Amino acid sequence: MEHVATPAWAMLAYLISGVLFILSLRGLSSPSTSQRGNRYGMIGMAIAVVTTLVNHSIASLPEILAAIAIGGAIGWVTARKIKMTDMPQLVAAFHSLVGLAAVLVGWAAYLNPQAFGIAGPDGIIEAQSRVEMGLGIAIGAITFSGSIIAFLKLAGKMSGAPIMLPGRHIINLGTLVAIIGLTGYFMLDQSLWVIATITALAFMIGFLLIIPIGGADMPVVVSMLNSYSGWAAAAMGFTLHNTAMIITGALVGSSGAILSYIMCKAMNRSFISVIAGGFGAEAGATGGEAKEQRPWKRGSAEDAAFLLGEAEQVIIIPGYGMAVAQAQHVLREMGDQLKAKGVRVKYAIHPVAGRMPGHMNVLLAEANVPYDEVFELEDINSEFAQTDVAFIIGANDVVNPAAKTDKSSPIYGMPVFDVEKAKTIMFIKRSMGGVGYAGVDNDVFYMDQTMMLLADAKKMVEDIIKALAH
Amino acid sequence: MDFISILSIFVMACFVGYYVVWSVTPALHTPLMAVTNAISSVIVVGALIAAAAAPSTGSGQAGDMSKWLGLLAVVLASVNIFGGFAVTARMLAMYKKKDRPAPKAEAK
Repeated sequence: MEHVATPAWAMLAYLISGVLFILSLRGLSSPSTSQRGNRYGMIGMAIAVVTTLVNHSIASLPEILAAIAIGGAIGWVTARKIKMTDMPQLVAAFHSLVGLAAVLVGWAAYLNPQAFGIAGPDGIIEAQSRVEMGLGIAIGAITFSGSIIAFLKLAGKMSGAPIMLPGRHIINLGTLVAIIGLTGYFMLDQSLWVIATITALAFMIGFLLIIPIGGADMPVVVSMLNSYSGWAAAAMGFTLHNTAMIITGALVGSSGAILSYIMCKAMNRSFISVIAGGFGAEAGATGGEAKEQRPWKRGSAEDAAFLLGEAEQVIIIPGYGMAVAQAQHVLREMGDQLKAKGVRVKYAIHPVAGRMPGHMNVLLAEANVPYDEVFELEDINSEFAQTDVAFIIGANDVVNPAAKTDKSSPIYGMPVFDVEKAKTIMFIKRSMGGVGYAGVDNDVFYMDQTMMLLADAKKMVEDIIKALAH
Repeated sequence: MDFISILSIFVMACFVGYYVVWSVTPALHTPLMAVTNAISSVIVVGALIAAAAAPSTGSGQAGDMSKWLGLLAVVLASVNIFGGFAVTARMLAMYKKKDRPAPKAEAK
């Protein structure tokens, strides 16, 4: 028996849903078209689901509808309830579900290949389908276990510090080679043990790959897992000969890959070095050698409020610390007060600020900061020289001038904000003790024009608001 | 469809993906991840096929197993579809333009 021929109308429907998915991403080129794009995505998905249901004889519809209802309700409630600051772990959790679903679909296809039209009546699965199936399961399993670890790290349920196993590069490489070898062997022998071993090894390597990667490298990891979930869907699309799945898989795969690339470039690190992991563990020893105590100035909320109120232009640089302190709403309030006093307020966002791409933008949007006041690194960096106050809240490495000057620094070469060109720098930080993620001392702390505001970010901004009101 | 046609679609879609994603504004990178997550749940198509199939002849047990795996995959993918699109919609609704002109600088 050859492939069950999909009727032309169904192929057309899948193609339309694929095109709608392309349009849904296209809509994201601007916030004004983005909501329409999202609706295209929903329509595309609805078309794909309905087409599949109409095109296959269904043994029991109520069970399927119940499964959709259960999953849909869980997803919908979660999406309503989740706090915006928890978005990175939510995305990681969702990735893990796509991965697991891919594994399950692969296994389902293995167990009942006739239903998928990839085997003859004798149950022998076509060799090509076996490879696609093996790859889909392997990528899905890596996505699943990797995302679980990323989720645990992002949710703080597991230490964000890199966990280094001895000889991990050898173990990882060996496992990877074994997976590829077994997938090849699967072509010759479709025994259960082969596919079971591939699944088990892939679960293991997903876990091993992510545990050595530290918290602030998570933007790369989350993007990478995003990419994997796409490739897993594409591999399944090859097995099922389904255009919608292949187009989507390719879109999502490239999307995640591009985001990983952008994140790596914004840290001036190679993808390989991020994946190899361990950043932030050794760096503390090399970069942060004991420097002599240098003098620094501590400011109060009142001092800060006075200078901010007198300024013509203030640039606010948020970082992960703002998310932790949930300070985005009070920050916007402070911005509003300053604007009422005639101060120009702008927000500057580094590509790797936060724990996932665009993390800070979402939080500021949540706090009602208009998106045309929010600028990317390259668009605003030339403005610091005409800026009275650079207001740094919860960021550190992204304003460290060592990235420009100190070749020995682990963050050397990373593009950073030229805050030192501003007349005054205000730096909100919990204490002078802690250093940034990279474990490097920051010269900005000790500059003449720097005022250290040592407190919880939210508390400090609230105090500044009070002082501004006087 | 033969393998080459499928491969062609795949390669073309990778190029489309490349150009479309580069045009996404960095401010929307988080919604991008959420929506790509939702659409990659199109894998639900495979899950539905498995869940809808009658257990195949001769291998009843494996067929049953396949159906249950399919149903479980439908649940997982549905979490993603509904959750992914809903959370994206929620985020996108927050992005607003300046609704009023900033107050003019007054003489200090």
